[in-house]
Amino acid sequence: MSVLLNAATRVIVQGMGREGRFHAARMREYGSQVVGGVGPGTGGSERDGIPMFDTVAAAVDASEANASLIFVPAPAAADAILEALDAELDLVVCITEGIPVHDMLTVAAVLADTRTTLIGPNCPGAITPGQCKIGIMPGENFAPGPVGFVSRSGTLTYEIADALTRAGLGQSTCLGIGGDPVIGLPTPDAVRLLNEDPATEAIVIVGEIGGSAEEQAAEYMRAFGRKPAVAFIAGRSAPPGKRMGHAGAIVSGSQGTAESKVRAFEEAGIPVANAPSEIPGLVRVALRAA
Amino acid sequence: MKLHEYQAKLLLARAGIPIPEGRLALTPEDALAAARGIGAPVAVKAQVHVGGRGKAGGIKVARTPEEARDAARAILGLDIKGLRVEKVYVERASRVRSELYLGVTVDRDRRRPVVMLSTVGGMDIEQVAAERPQAIARGWPDPRLGLLPFEARRLCFEAGVPKEQVAGVAALAERLYGVFRSADATLLEINPLFVQEDASLVAGDAKLDVDDNALYRQKELAGWKEVSAEERLEEQARALGFSYVQLDGDVGIIGNGAGLVMGTLDAVRNAGGRAANFLDVGGGAKQAVVKAALEIVLSNPRVRSVLINIFGGITRGDEVARGIIDVIGEHPPHVPLVIRLSGTEAEAGRRVLEGAPLVSRETMDAAAAEAVRLAREAAEVLAP
Repeated sequence: MSVLLNAATRVIVQGMGREGRFHAARMREYGSQVVGGVGPGTGGSERDGIPMFDTVAAAVDASEANASLIFVPAPAAADAILEALDAELDLVVCITEGIPVHDMLTVAAVLADTRTTLIGPNCPGAITPGQCKIGIMPGENFAPGPVGFVSRSGTLTYEIADALTRAGLGQSTCLGIGGDPVIGLPTPDAVRLLNEDPATEAIVIVGEIGGSAEEQAAEYMRAFGRKPAVAFIAGRSAPPGKRMGHAGAIVSGSQGTAESKVRAFEEAGIPVANAPSEIPGLVRVALRAA
Repeated sequence: MKLHEYQAKLLLARAGIPIPEGRLALTPEDALAAARGIGAPVAVKAQVHVGGRGKAGGIKVARTPEEARDAARAILGLDIKGLRVEKVYVERASRVRSELYLGVTVDRDRRRPVVMLSTVGGMDIEQVAAERPQAIARGWPDPRLGLLPFEARRLCFEAGVPKEQVAGVAALAERLYGVFRSADATLLEINPLFVQEDASLVAGDAKLDVDDNALYRQKELAGWKEVSAEERLEEQARALGFSYVQLDGDVGIIGNGAGLVMGTLDAVRNAGGRAANFLDVGGGAKQAVVKAALEIVLSNPRVRSVLINIFGGITRGDEVARGIIDVIGEHPPHVPLVIRLSGTEAEAGRRVLEGAPLVSRETMDAAAAEAVRLAREAAEVLAP
């Protein structure tokens, strides 16, 4: 079991440029079913053995895809997401970085009226280890197991997944949800999915400064948590008013400080690691207590 | 990217929102001429990208053109929170009966724009929000429809705007929302929005932040960009494709991925040190980018050691290693380098670095501890 993606997931790739082709190949090596690529004007051709289509609708008709991975450049990325939503896919993952926030506000409004789950943008994607990877993460750092994992970061996700895997703690599903201010699957929603997943026995929540998604996730777990959780917040030493790389990682006024997030988790009985290296130990303790 | 008040007001005026007559002045003589043209009394206002300029002496009211000149002389060149005032805006003084707050920003949690209106104007809205949350009316328009007339009216009634002013304030709010959208703003505020003695409305101040991700399609606004002396390194880094923020410690940091770099900053703090900067080389950084990144970090005179933390995904360890070897070869660094390579091609990277004058550590925590120790050692050597 897992959430959002598994061995049966059939994925298309929107934007088969250099990055798209590279990662489509890595995903196939991992075992994901990559059933098509989309690029206007490419219909009827093949790229690296993957059949190409002019539109998402045509790709879905021909391949029965239920998921899409988007590599389209920022100026056209919102349009690509809207095209995927129009095709009523179950899961859309958008890797693209630098999408204007007003474009994402429009996407979020449309998304609210669909049953599609959107992960990203500006994210590494999602992986159910051993079954399916839709994203750009290095698959070898992940292993199947009982730990559900949600993170706003990219490489920090690999770092922590690697630490968990080395400690013998495999993962049910890892969701890299992205570092932008407006994203498709915010932390509280991702935590809810993992909390309701029977295969997930413990949840690791990796947050960053900025916004109040972690506080809401803590509030949700306090009220509805069925399993133990462990948290980490990146950016404890970041000064206010400075954007730490991610557009969403900024402390403005009293909003979004690491202290507020740490306090929220601790009040919900969720231990907060001081460093990524502490996470496996805390997870093991949590699993033993559960 | 922040706009100056006079730039934001130009956008408001184009959208039909009333602003006081005003002119930009770069010298005291400019200010004198501006005040004569507009007619005293005027306000002389520093144009700098920080809040709280009034408290810092950056705004003065002048009753005569000569007073405006003297005010400009006092304000130009002033240092406000580390920024030098290069220009002032000379503006007709308003005849104020009352003040409102009107603003639009992005509500991340609701994933909607949020329009805020309060009859407590002229104050820091965060402070009002903390102390009297009920004094702020909020509305969340559908971005596909814009702020609808009924939503704007509802905001006015909920905020307690006197009923004879509702139509005017509501129409102004709709226009403001239009500017928010068309300028790709992440924040647009009129604070205070003056109700004048003749009941007319006029924007007392204006604050507009433009989404950096949208500058490619906001050509005019992108052309207004100003880079202050202290932002120059950050701007240079952006041009090279990475993200750099100057901090005030002495351990230089380079990493790949925003979250990992933030985590590295925290690891340095956990080890009892302070980071000199945030530097994310981004995904897939090549040799040349790593070289440029290391040069920028080393150009900061405060740096006493450098910590390089790379977890390879798209980024390859051997590419990073070659960038480092390049810099060391050209001009040997004056401070010790500590490196931690993991992930894709980390093994190959470590081979490239064999024999080079740097310290390698297996984990992020160990590398951070070593970098902090070396920085402290250097500081002790320098101390008398």
